[in-house]
Amino acid sequence: MTTIDHAGRGEGGFRLSQLLYDRRYRSLTIQAVAMILLVLLVVWLVDNTVTNLSRQGKDIDFGFLGTVAGYDINQTLIPYSSQDTHLRAAAVGILNTLLVAFLGCIAATIVGVLAGVARLSRNWLISGLMAVYVEGFRNVPLLLWIIVIFAVMSEGMPQPRAFRGDDPAASMLLGDSVAITNRGIYIPGVEFAAPLAGSTGWTWALILGAVLAGVLAARVVKKRADARQEATGERPVTWPLRLALILGPAIALLFVFGAGLNKPELAGFNFQGGIHMRNSLIALWFALTLYTGAFIAENVRAGILSVSKGQSEAAFALGLRPGRTMSLIILPQALRVIIPPLISQYLNLTKNSSLALAVGYMDVRSTLGGITINQTGRELEGMLLLGLFYLVTSLTISALLNVYNGSVKLKER
Amino acid sequence: MSDTHAQTAAFQASFVREEMVAASPPPARDRGVVKWLRENLFSSWLNVILTVLGLLAIWWIASHVFPWMLRGIWVADSLSECREIRNERYGEGVGAACWAVLTERWNQLMFGFYPQDLYWRPVAGVAFFVAALMPILFSRLPRWTLWFSAAAPFVAFWLIWGGTIWAPVVVAGGFALGALAYVALSNVNQIAATLAAIVVPVLFWLFAAGPLIGALQSAIPLAIEFVPSDDIGGFLLAVIIGFSAIILSLPLGILLALGRRSDLFIISKVSVAFIETIRGVPLIVWLFTASLLLNYFMPPGTNFDLMLRVIIMVTLFASAYIAEVVRGGLAALPKGQYEGADSLGLDYWQSMRLVILPQALKISIPGIVNTFIGLFKDTTLVVFIGLLDPIGLSNAIRATTAWNGIYWELFIFIGLLFFVCCFAMSRYSMYLERKLAREHR
Amino acid sequence: MKKTVLLGTVAGLAAGGALAQNSSTLEQVRDRGNLICGVTTGLTGFSAPDANGEWQGFDVDLCRAIAAATLGDPNAADFVTTTGQTRFSALASGEIDVLTRNTTWTYSRDNDLDFEFAGVNYYDGQGFMVPAELGVTSALDLDGATVCIQTGTTTELNLADFFRANNISYEPVPIETNAEAQQQYLAGACDVYTTDASGLAATRATFENADEHVILPEIISKEPLGPAVRHGDPVWGDIVRWTLNALVTAEELGITSANVMDLAAEAGDNPEVNRLLGTEGELPEMLGLESDAFANAIAAVGNYGEIFERNIGESTPIGLARGLNALYTEGGLQYAPPFR
Repeated sequence: MTTIDHAGRGEGGFRLSQLLYDRRYRSLTIQAVAMILLVLLVVWLVDNTVTNLSRQGKDIDFGFLGTVAGYDINQTLIPYSSQDTHLRAAAVGILNTLLVAFLGCIAATIVGVLAGVARLSRNWLISGLMAVYVEGFRNVPLLLWIIVIFAVMSEGMPQPRAFRGDDPAASMLLGDSVAITNRGIYIPGVEFAAPLAGSTGWTWALILGAVLAGVLAARVVKKRADARQEATGERPVTWPLRLALILGPAIALLFVFGAGLNKPELAGFNFQGGIHMRNSLIALWFALTLYTGAFIAENVRAGILSVSKGQSEAAFALGLRPGRTMSLIILPQALRVIIPPLISQYLNLTKNSSLALAVGYMDVRSTLGGITINQTGRELEGMLLLGLFYLVTSLTISALLNVYNGSVKLKER
Repeated sequence: MSDTHAQTAAFQASFVREEMVAASPPPARDRGVVKWLRENLFSSWLNVILTVLGLLAIWWIASHVFPWMLRGIWVADSLSECREIRNERYGEGVGAACWAVLTERWNQLMFGFYPQDLYWRPVAGVAFFVAALMPILFSRLPRWTLWFSAAAPFVAFWLIWGGTIWAPVVVAGGFALGALAYVALSNVNQIAATLAAIVVPVLFWLFAAGPLIGALQSAIPLAIEFVPSDDIGGFLLAVIIGFSAIILSLPLGILLALGRRSDLFIISKVSVAFIETIRGVPLIVWLFTASLLLNYFMPPGTNFDLMLRVIIMVTLFASAYIAEVVRGGLAALPKGQYEGADSLGLDYWQSMRLVILPQALKISIPGIVNTFIGLFKDTTLVVFIGLLDPIGLSNAIRATTAWNGIYWELFIFIGLLFFVCCFAMSRYSMYLERKLAREHR
Repeated sequence: MKKTVLLGTVAGLAAGGALAQNSSTLEQVRDRGNLICGVTTGLTGFSAPDANGEWQGFDVDLCRAIAAATLGDPNAADFVTTTGQTRFSALASGEIDVLTRNTTWTYSRDNDLDFEFAGVNYYDGQGFMVPAELGVTSALDLDGATVCIQTGTTTELNLADFFRANNISYEPVPIETNAEAQQQYLAGACDVYTTDASGLAATRATFENADEHVILPEIISKEPLGPAVRHGDPVWGDIVRWTLNALVTAEELGITSANVMDLAAEAGDNPEVNRLLGTEGELPEMLGLESDAFANAIAAVGNYGEIFERNIGESTPIGLARGLNALYTEGGLQYAPPFR
């Protein structure tokens, strides 16, 4: 209808055929037709869904989120028990997804950069090994790698039982504080004798805040030093001060709240105390890291190769050492080529974390999209929420990284 | 002779070299194996350490895995029989692979439950399909071979599923009708022609195709045995899902890419929304949607099998990725090409068809192949919705009393299978990239 | 029918489906010429494909019996594999006619998910398996243990309830498939493996050193496993229910796959046998079946006892005792209403 209104206002002598032939109106015609078709399609789908749901005696109702979940989750970043609601179970899953995605992105970047550089190494053995690693992981389904790595870890590492007895087959590392078992890695945790307002969470938040403030302060110091170097050519030694600014307050706070180490100890079937990094998390993390790392390695290699050789020769001619050449000349230029594909690798990793199901890592796919849907039969609502979560996460990540990409991009004109 | 003697004497030289000394070999440290080793493995302390670590890693893996693999037992009927043979040959507790599961279940891992006497059909279908891809992949082949490529999906479909030959023929006829309608109307009006090219085939398939197939089949019965989708499994399933999704998603992906770059506000926004939504959500969620929800979106009473729903969903999924690849290709073309096409007076579709897309698609092929590799690997995810792909079958095989407890052998086999296929494809895409780089210089 | 469906959708038609749901399930099955059963993707003894691609197992045989009763041909059964997550929507959407997939009959599945359970073909319960060297004799000793569970089932709910009720702690390790759970358990990544007792026995039977593992005496749940159909088609539900009952009654009356054809040839002395096999009265016809429907079912797969013995009984590697699944005359729970 809008088309006709618009067309009607045209200068006199408007003919209907102008809608098809006149460039001024044609695009409107096409869009109007497309819009109508689209609306019809949506109406048709929604109508079908409503009819089908009513035939099966179902409705669309998110009330199930408020009912008792009834199942246990092993890794919970927020307190959770089987008597909590499905909504809370979903939140636990979301946090677990974000955790493994976050850890994976960091580790995959490190692995990818190292492997990409190593693949260009003149050491024949190392570059060959890296080629095998990259091709091996790029050409075999991730699902298979996740399953295999999980199984290798459970077969290859000692059972908690092996730590028992007078002459145990396995022993703890680092002065009896770290235990590597096939159920996960137990590391000492930090305990507060007098936590802030009785809550460990708030205490950690305060300490984190102190570290952040320290980092900001350290940046100010660095900026001043830079300015001084610009002005006088001398660079004052600032690193002890900066280190103290970052770590000092945090250490002081730890001391104030009476922080102590809580070492894991073998008690009953398992180690108790400390922090338990479960094998499902480690295996998933490891598999995602190695898989995505292989792709990132190729991006990094391509990025480094894209910097022309003249750049490093010029840098050498200026008398820069190889390390400075890499960090000041090659990498900044390579980054422009590396970052855009890196963003999509991060997105892939986040989405791939939904394979957590294969190793029993309770991510949002396994809680909300798995057990909850299965127990409540609310597949339409559950899938909708699940898709929405992934969509929002992906869009957020890509938006953030695109901002970063814009800041390192070559400024043209 | 005497002359020379005299000259020699005249110079009073105590020694004259009369022939070249044989070139002495370079110092031991700069030649042969040693040089190679020095330069390639031990050029610096860091490299020495890396080399030693690398060698240790290789040795450690090889010493653990190779004996187990080489001791493998190839003929047995069950895992327990394997264990007996192993105990007999190597003694109890020695690790030995039981490859017998592969020899016994080879057919199942490749074809699922496809009727055994009809194995030639999927093999021929896939072979024909791959052969028909060649004209697209290697531009040196004569252009008329492209007609084979156009026919390939229908031939492959008919060979794999069977049934009456008229079904694929009539469906292909729908495309021909669309092309006819386009040609007939293109002199009159471009938009009308484009619309007709879409509407005519759809109407034909919706209303005329069914009765026509029935009529043709009763008039000239030409049919081979029908194989239901439930019987298709194993590697064949992965190949079918992968291939059909990539073929079906290409046209859709190109349209989406054009839509995203379009000046028309609504069309470009709808394309962007579609692409980003699909790409923002993991494939496994889409697969569950296909399995749990797709039936809700269809008219009541519609019911078509899971494999088709999966193919539809994977096609939509792949089309979003293809769209991004094609968009990259479109963006990489110099603006002069667009302007040149416009200056010739070509309209939008003509300029796309004759000038832009041929070039853009050519540079997008490596990306499309990479998308396909990713998609092909991702077909393993269908195991989560109960389809029997190789991984799903490995679970089913383990559920029989004969093979319960077998683990690594199946995974190693499946991994190798995928590796060989994907590696070959990735080599092809690298070959293309190099070739394109040469041509563009 | 299916061909055009397939083709229509391949061609990109949205409305390719033609299976109108207005007709009854029995009519649909007859039109189609085959019965579609949902089975697991593989559960030892209950459903698994053999080397020739034929599905075998306890659940599979029930499906074959229904196919024989409705279509007269046990080979007219088609099997669609479903996972714990997809089984209910496959049934609800009409993708399968009957779900013969070790599915626990629970209140909410019956009423909230709108299915109808047509009886119980296996009385199961959730149990625990532990390595003998742990020295655990009761599930109550499992405080702090790591427990492997298969997800997507009632198992995880039962487990949570059991440990909460007894106020002991545990660490759940949810695993997607039985094969993986088995691998994790054998590698010692969990102390305990819990699933249905039949599954535990089947798994243990294939261990290299089965003696080193014990199944604890506690059974912490009731898991009546049975075939399920959609709500709203009572006749179809009755067909499935009475086919199962016929198999149980056949065992009670001593009708086996060997003698059923002789007994069905002409009316004999026992009126209930006659009614069951269709030589007297018109019982199968009341459900719209042929008079020899139940005779066909028994001839195809044998009576309940035969199915049990062939797939999971003591003569098989799985070696399950009849236990609760013995006939009521032998101290079990299998009790079929009379064919009268």
